[in-house]
Amino acid sequence: MSDPTVERVPQQSQPSVVQMYAAVMGVGIGCALAIVVVYESTKPIIERKRAVATQQAILDVLPRAVRITAFRWDGAQGRFVQSGVDSDTQILFAGYDEADHLVGLAIGAEGTGYQDTIRVLYGYSFERQAVIGLRVLESRETPGLGDRVETDAAFKNNFTRLDVQLAPGKSALAHPVEFVKPNKKRLEWQIDGMSGATVTSSAIAEMIGKSTAKWIPRVHQHRSDFTFNSGSSATSKEGWVPDD
Amino acid sequence: MIEPAAIASREPSDADEFLKGLWKKNPVFVYVLGMCPALAVTNSAINAISMGLATAFVLVASNMVVSLLRNVVPQQVRIVTFILVIATFVTIVDYVIQAISLELHKGLGAFISLIVVNCLILGRAEAFASKNGVWRSFLDGLGMGLGFTFALLCLGSVREVLGSGSLFGVALFGDPFQTCVIMLLPPGGFFTLAAWLLLFNWRSQRVAEVVPNREVPS
Repeated sequence: MSDPTVERVPQQSQPSVVQMYAAVMGVGIGCALAIVVVYESTKPIIERKRAVATQQAILDVLPRAVRITAFRWDGAQGRFVQSGVDSDTQILFAGYDEADHLVGLAIGAEGTGYQDTIRVLYGYSFERQAVIGLRVLESRETPGLGDRVETDAAFKNNFTRLDVQLAPGKSALAHPVEFVKPNKKRLEWQIDGMSGATVTSSAIAEMIGKSTAKWIPRVHQHRSDFTFNSGSSATSKEGWVPDD
Repeated sequence: MIEPAAIASREPSDADEFLKGLWKKNPVFVYVLGMCPALAVTNSAINAISMGLATAFVLVASNMVVSLLRNVVPQQVRIVTFILVIATFVTIVDYVIQAISLELHKGLGAFISLIVVNCLILGRAEAFASKNGVWRSFLDGLGMGLGFTFALLCLGSVREVLGSGSLFGVALFGDPFQTCVIMLLPPGGFFTLAAWLLLFNWRSQRVAEVVPNREVPS
């Protein structure tokens, strides 16, 4: 890859070790400063866009919600406590309607797909005791095959009323979520697979199954933790960051 | 008629320096450099053009900085400093793309970070920018970067049209169109690249056959 137009480089005397260190350190410091400046400049914009994406996903899975509050499980206190919206550890969002009634929870789940980790957010309705919506937040599945789980209407229909009722003791689901082959769904707690995206659809079914088995009994037991508190840091829909 | 020896020794103009990367020395179709992103992220035209422009930015910026530093940095540590400079601009591009569009950032995935190891960028820094002035290094980087973008767009357009039946996300055909999913998968990248290389080489041979005939005095 030589160019015929290069200038002749004059022969230089052997530089000292100090000169070499100074050159590398100088360039390194300059580069570090440039990265810090760009990072600090773009950080608020990126956080804002992430917040918009998360809020849009919550709205998709809890369409009746007009206010949301983020919660996390506090093991020490044995209850759900409010969490900052920008916190990375948040896993549950409570959605409230106009009358400040709890309409449901948006719960995050993740698992390993065909290529990489898949992150989803699903909506849970206390009234219907069912999963009422699903949104894929992050996926690197095969384009044209696995990534159809994000767009395929038939697959998404699995999550418009997926039964996750509690058993009489309320400590476990009455029927754990099941994955079945494409077009074999007969029961309301079953998820139809997708031909051409079997591994991805199975992975989503598995993560929803595990997540609902873990969280649904617990959120029912601690439902009062989600009662709307007017003094809380709930974010109203109007106050959400506008999508630009 | 210009003497051949004069042609060989003629100093390339600024326009030559810029244009060579677009076609005559296209980094993908002629040098066959940067194959990792060329094959991996060209499953759609928008991904292809975004990756091409991101690489072009890093190439232009790193070429200019390397050129500025060429008389300051000792030869023995030049490669280390080139990598530092390139990695810095890649990190900057990574943040800027996130700030522009999270969806785009998601689509390009890990390949933004992998621009650091794109041999095209280090190759131009070593072969050209470290031996030439800032203006010519800028032109070289811009030409090569746009040539790389053009090549990726050629690959991405064909793969998206055949694999998804769309171009830049706009559906081109009706429902009966049967998409060819393999064009979106890695083998589709190789098929498309092979077809474009075939076309380029065929054209180059045609030009080589025609040009000497033109040189013959009538």
